[in-house]
Amino acid sequence: MTKFTTRLPLIGIGVFAVLLLVVAPAVLSEHWISNLGKYCCLAIAAVGIGLAWGRGGMLVMGQGVFFGLGAYAMAMHLTLETAGPGALPGFMILYDPLAPLPAFWEPFRSEVFTLVAIVLLPVIVSAILGYALFKRRVKGAYFAILTQALAVALAVLISSTIRETGGDTGLSNFKYFFGYVLNDEANKLMVYLIAAALLVVCLLAVWQFNRSRFGELLVATRDAEERVRFLGYDPANIKLFAFVVAAVMASIGGAMFVPIVGIITPQEIGASASILMIAGVALGGRASLFGPALGAMAIGWGQSSLGSSWPEGWIYILGLIFIFVILFLPMGLSSLFDRAKGLIRRSSDEPGPATPELREVVK
Amino acid sequence: MSVPDASLVVSDLHVQFGAFVAVHDVSFDAHPGEVRFLIGPNGAGKTTCIDAITGLSKGTGTARFGDKELLGSPAQKIVRLGVGRTFQTASVFAQLSVLQNLDIAAGLRRSPVSLLRARRGVDASVERALEETGLGTVRDLPAGMLSHGQKQWLEIGMLLVQDAKVLLLDEPVAGMSQDERTATGELLGRVAANRVVVVVEHDMDFMRSFATRVTVLHQGRVLSEGSVAEIQADPRVQEVYLGTAGALSGALAPGAEEVD
Ligand SMILES: Nc1ncnc2c1ncn2[C@@H]1O[C@H](COP(=O)(O)OP(=O)(O)OP(=O)(O)O)[C@@H](O)[C@H]1O
Ligand SMILES: [Mg+2]
Repeated sequence: MTKFTTRLPLIGIGVFAVLLLVVAPAVLSEHWISNLGKYCCLAIAAVGIGLAWGRGGMLVMGQGVFFGLGAYAMAMHLTLETAGPGALPGFMILYDPLAPLPAFWEPFRSEVFTLVAIVLLPVIVSAILGYALFKRRVKGAYFAILTQALAVALAVLISSTIRETGGDTGLSNFKYFFGYVLNDEANKLMVYLIAAALLVVCLLAVWQFNRSRFGELLVATRDAEERVRFLGYDPANIKLFAFVVAAVMASIGGAMFVPIVGIITPQEIGASASILMIAGVALGGRASLFGPALGAMAIGWGQSSLGSSWPEGWIYILGLIFIFVILFLPMGLSSLFDRAKGLIRRSSDEPGPATPELREVVK
Repeated sequence: MSVPDASLVVSDLHVQFGAFVAVHDVSFDAHPGEVRFLIGPNGAGKTTCIDAITGLSKGTGTARFGDKELLGSPAQKIVRLGVGRTFQTASVFAQLSVLQNLDIAAGLRRSPVSLLRARRGVDASVERALEETGLGTVRDLPAGMLSHGQKQWLEIGMLLVQDAKVLLLDEPVAGMSQDERTATGELLGRVAANRVVVVVEHDMDFMRSFATRVTVLHQGRVLSEGSVAEIQADPRVQEVYLGTAGALSGALAPGAEEVD
């Protein structure tokens, strides 16, 4: 029984993996596979938010920054790959065909450098930011506002540097993905499968974090930070680790977003994009394993179906959903499952191991 | 590891919040083998003393454990020197089980890599603390569901798991039943055999039954110090507690109600 319940999340991840990697490619059209791939990318970022916010209590309102780091690293590489060796990206030629390639673009010609950067850039940025904030014990609303401000700053920076980054039009028209022609249906499926597999890997990673001693310590820090400090740990380090992991996941999500969606703009990484990421996590259930991923996918789906066919209405629906969840399901839709489980357990009335002890405490 | 002189010696401790002096040149010492009490009316500065010793508030003066100076170090370093505390309002990790609470306390000296693995089995130190505090039967319950007294024991258990050499306990029996108080007192007596135990308390009965030596604080200063009998006989202490020296029998005589 206990063995089964501890294995349950693992079985869930297995089922999820089969659905994404086997069933979806078999039944969905090319168009929907591409959409699903996009939702997977948002879900990867959301899984990290679940760890940092749901488990660690850090309201990360600016994950767009890390999503953007990964996305732009990937987009710069794909842009250069499309332009060909030694050539300038198309949009730069439009401004000044004779201008040299900006120095920070040059290393992104390398595939290895790009892949390393997608992981290391968010590590460096989040480690510096997190260290500065957590050591100074910045938390709660101040932390949320600071991270949000950073997302705004990065979006503005990119918007205002049209010649170097493409500005508001963003980077697009990628033809190749590490040597594969992106227009090819089989290659599109491959890119989708990579994103889906990465999502499964991130879920596995968070599952392991949650059941590890670190996971217990993270929850402890969330619930009683001072107590953790007076047990001899530095809460800043514990939070920092979760924050960095979340940043890396956001970056990976952003990196895969680029070849799947085919364009990255500052809008995708700014304030409202960051808030939308949080919204998905809140909807699904921030502290649960599947809640953030499924919530993000649901929001992504709503955004691309309703959001494009009926944009004014979608905003209101999103607002209503949010109000409903906050009022009635503060721990998200996944808490419905826990309640259902509780009901089943009560009605079946099996003398579970906790029951006698429970009575003892209550009396 | 056994420091010959594993005592806690606080001298001229001074804590100030803005212009307000909460603790004014307080000195006291505590040795292994005794259950040391710190008493005083509300706002006397008892909690602030502990806060300063454990790095929660900034204080000047000295607070030495053995030959190590505690003042000025960050809180988590002080804990790693072997100085643990509890809080006036029991603070345990409500969502985690009793076992997980103790396991986290035991993890102080684990390597960061081992933190990434799941817990298998129960450390011997955790087993011992469960037995010592009598929490074995509720080990799998979320700590948030424990009674007030059990939470206090869990906090003490967490210090035992860490093998803290100095235990600073802020009102450990507040809200406990008489039986629980007795059990706690006996636990502290056992624990104090080879540790420094400092108890902040309001409960005079509890103090009378279990204190070996007492320091009375009043408005941030040491008012009196000595054995229970000496304290009870001190007219200044009687005055502080009751306003009149004549009514001493009310608060400090055996069988009196708790002062708060
Ligand atoms: N962080 C703080 N900032 C300002 N004043 C403080 C702070 N902490 C404590 N004080 C003040 O210092 C004085 C001593 O407080 P302290 O909590 O140490 O008293 P205590 O002896 O523990 O009292 P009690 O029995 O009520 O717990 C009080 O007047 C309190 O208001
Ligand atoms: Mg106090």
